[in-house]
Amino acid sequence: MVKYFCSTSDIKSTWDHVVSAFWQRYPNPFSTHVLTEDVVYREVTTDHRLLSRRLLMKTNRLPRWAERFFPAGMSRYVYILEDSIVDPVNRSLTTYTWNLNHTTLMSVEERCVFLDSAEQPATTQLRREAWISSSIFGFSKPIQEFGLARFKSNQVKAMKGLEYALSNLQGLGIRLSVGVSMSGGWRGGINLTLLASAHGCHMSLQQ
Amino acid sequence: MNSVGEACTELKREYDQCFNRWFAEHFLKGDRSGDPCTETFRKYQRCVQKAIKEKDIPIDGVEFMGPNKDKPES
Repeated sequence: MVKYFCSTSDIKSTWDHVVSAFWQRYPNPFSTHVLTEDVVYREVTTDHRLLSRRLLMKTNRLPRWAERFFPAGMSRYVYILEDSIVDPVNRSLTTYTWNLNHTTLMSVEERCVFLDSAEQPATTQLRREAWISSSIFGFSKPIQEFGLARFKSNQVKAMKGLEYALSNLQGLGIRLSVGVSMSGGWRGGINLTLLASAHGCHMSLQQ
Repeated sequence: MNSVGEACTELKREYDQCFNRWFAEHFLKGDRSGDPCTETFRKYQRCVQKAIKEKDIPIDGVEFMGPNKDKPES
């Protein structure tokens, strides 16, 4: 059984900035679970598109109660591939991300398309789709709910990470809401005016 | 950010710096002149591909955008 999610949202930055920030997302305060990042393939095609593959290694944070469902030898890390195509002529960035291991627990595939907003200037539209499946679905509700909750939380972190990279890129310093110190870590939340409210494709993450 | 190969992190950072500059100042602007990062990329890849093999990370032969092939166009 595959669950499908879709959403579109606006990022109040130009497409050029978003695409540049895309490569500079890590590390960021929301990505402590991302341990390593590597470009393992890159090519400029004859029609001037940039193809890239990034390998990410993330921690596999399972709650204690879930650990007993999984074999002792199971890797503590999740390996993720992110393939992307930057088309600077048509001004599109398409990314496809999926996990290489732990796929029986949960297979998460996500496709993102970043385009110039058709409606607003200096704004980028992001359309995200995700396909989530698990051989454990229908077998254990708590596992399913945990997996979906983690996926949702990771999506939020990914957006916050991108916004963080964007604000650094623009040399504007970090625009933050109350309660964050510049020298220490992040205590408060990031100013989400960088991200306008999401307007959907029809399915939300509330399933 | 660290590389999956501990010994490759410095090479990775050197490459990333070169790439980010080239990407924003040349690639996005349609400048099709040569890529100044090929040498630093080569050095970095030699290191990281070795680490990937050593750690048995299963990326070999995975088709570019592989699983995307059977997804409908959005």
